[in-house]
Amino acid sequence: MPEVTEKNDAHITVQDLTMAYGDFVIQRDLNFTVRRSDIFIIMGGSGCGKSTLLRHLVGLRSPARGKVLYDGESFWDADPSDQVRMMRRFGVMYQSGALWSSMTLAENVALALEEYTALRPAQIRELVSLKLALVGLSGFDEFYPSEISGGMQKRAGVARAMALDPEILFFDEPSAGLDPISARRLDNLILELRDSLGATMVVVTHELASILAIGNNSVFLDPITKTMIASGDPKTLLAESKDPRVHSFLTRGEG
Amino acid sequence: MAAIRPNSGENPIQECHIRFSQPSKGTLLIQFTGHWTLQNELPSVNDVEKQLGGGGPIQCVSFDTQALTGWDSGLLAYLIKIIDECKTRNIKTDQAGLPDGVRRLLDLAYAVPEREGARGVAKRPSLLARIGTDSINVARGTAETVSFIGEATLAIWKFLRGKARYRHVDFTMTIQQCGPQALPIITLISFLVGVILAYIGAVQLEQFGAEIYVANLVGLAMAREMGAMMTAIIMAGRTGGAFAAQLGTMTVNEEIDALKTMGVSPMEFLVLPRMLALMLMLPVLCLYSDLLGILGGAAVSISILDLGVLEYFNQTKNAIHLHDFAGGLFKSAVYGTLVAIAGCLRGMQSGRSAAAVGDAATSAVVTAIVWIVVASAITTVIYNILGI
Ligand SMILES: Nc1ncnc2c1ncn2[C@@H]1O[C@H](COP(=O)(O)OP(=O)(O)O)[C@@H](O)[C@H]1O
Ligand SMILES: [Mg+2]
Repeated sequence: MPEVTEKNDAHITVQDLTMAYGDFVIQRDLNFTVRRSDIFIIMGGSGCGKSTLLRHLVGLRSPARGKVLYDGESFWDADPSDQVRMMRRFGVMYQSGALWSSMTLAENVALALEEYTALRPAQIRELVSLKLALVGLSGFDEFYPSEISGGMQKRAGVARAMALDPEILFFDEPSAGLDPISARRLDNLILELRDSLGATMVVVTHELASILAIGNNSVFLDPITKTMIASGDPKTLLAESKDPRVHSFLTRGEG
Repeated sequence: MAAIRPNSGENPIQECHIRFSQPSKGTLLIQFTGHWTLQNELPSVNDVEKQLGGGGPIQCVSFDTQALTGWDSGLLAYLIKIIDECKTRNIKTDQAGLPDGVRRLLDLAYAVPEREGARGVAKRPSLLARIGTDSINVARGTAETVSFIGEATLAIWKFLRGKARYRHVDFTMTIQQCGPQALPIITLISFLVGVILAYIGAVQLEQFGAEIYVANLVGLAMAREMGAMMTAIIMAGRTGGAFAAQLGTMTVNEEIDALKTMGVSPMEFLVLPRMLALMLMLPVLCLYSDLLGILGGAAVSISILDLGVLEYFNQTKNAIHLHDFAGGLFKSAVYGTLVAIAGCLRGMQSGRSAAAVGDAATSAVVTAIVWIVVASAITTVIYNILGI
């Protein structure tokens, strides 16, 4: 583990990735790089394949063609045991929360710690309280997912994703369905976690406010041409992109 | 300080230590050295408490992390324990010496105060309280069951007047599910039940040279009781459980709520088609099962007891009357209703978690089987009194 990391080294590299469900191609020829400590935005209209791309990045679906490299190591060419080791460096927050409904929040967060570390139960309890405190859910340890609000469920999902101090955190539409204030707070949480933990964040979202507020790198997927049509810092894209599709997306069709 | 980053992982065990000093009177300086990550054995927080408690009153705690080479949540959890300890002792903490990231995360952790009373204290209630709660639950459960049956009856009444709202696709799909698709297992079980009955009868009847009465035994048992009972129990496990799981999952996903708010009665929309389908299909399956059971009995009698095929069937024909079949068919319609009610009731009562859906499915099967056996006893007694 390098103690000092350079700003621009590649953390995740996607090469010639084609994604498909059976014969139905969702996106083809994706090429982009996520640098260490980036907040990388995957954007595009509904149904263009953002969640699908995320599932490829976290190793839930194998590419129809192409590669996904982590620190230069190809995920899909690795042995299953290496894949598990790589996956343990990820934390994922799913679009619908995906908290385990029959476990309390504490048990949800504790599961990975119990599986993958040799910590004592008391230590695990402290860590769980810490993670819940970090997302502002201090004291909700014994609540079940059905007993808390949607926004709290999303934050609990973040706490669970952070359980193992991952290097890369993936978020699928973290702020969708939240009120503007909660959405903003979640954005700030992502920023704060990136700054303090130095983790790499990959965020799927089509919330314009989030994209411009937190992203410093991005890829734009287009459902018609079925490929990426832009990438880079969203603020630069907004200022400089000549592509009318990207421009109208980033200005809500008003620009 | 910025050079220090949290660590995520794969390093071999490294040393981590804690040192104490008092640079000025009343100030405790805690020095962290080495690699403070979860896979290392972190020092006990007792040492800090000892320092805070013993030797001279301490007013302020500060930290030195110059020699820290890496950290993760382990260090954070440790610091939180120290800070909480200091708070209870009214000691100030000076966080200036901590790495930037650690400070920000600590701020984040303390940003939202702990919700009062949210931390559940699980206390085991006393015996009396538990008996009380259980009694209340039983009473409530009975009331729910009765009102469910009432609502179901109303739904059927509406259906009979042609006013019930449901999707015909649902109805035909359920018919498919609890009719044709159940045939293989019903075939197997019914045939074997006939075989078993014939064997049991044969051993006894052979002693009197009355083997031919195996036909009476198998025929009557299947037609009056076993056909209906076996199909009902199979369908309770197969379809009743599935109903509960479907409706339970719909409860979890708020699909039932969505129906209610659209003014569609889940009773008519979901329960009615399922109940009708089972009430209709179970007698049909029962008749099929009766015939296969008789076939099973015949197979044993003809191959082992040396009875002729015609002989066996004539004996069967004389032994069973139409009202025997009718009695069995009526029973199976009753069982069908009970299986459907148990499945739908438990599904609609399901809690909002994956485990609750599992419980609902289990409970549906158990409830249905209990009801079937009780109903069987009651109808048998009634048939006896009526002389059927
Ligand atoms: N399991 C699946 N099987 C087949 N097609 C799917 C599946 N999941 C998603 N799709 C299709 O893939 C496309 C992209 O879906 P998704 O990645 O969920 O979009 P979004 O960008 O909104 O997250 C959609 O057209 C959807 O119909
Ligand atoms: Mg999606």
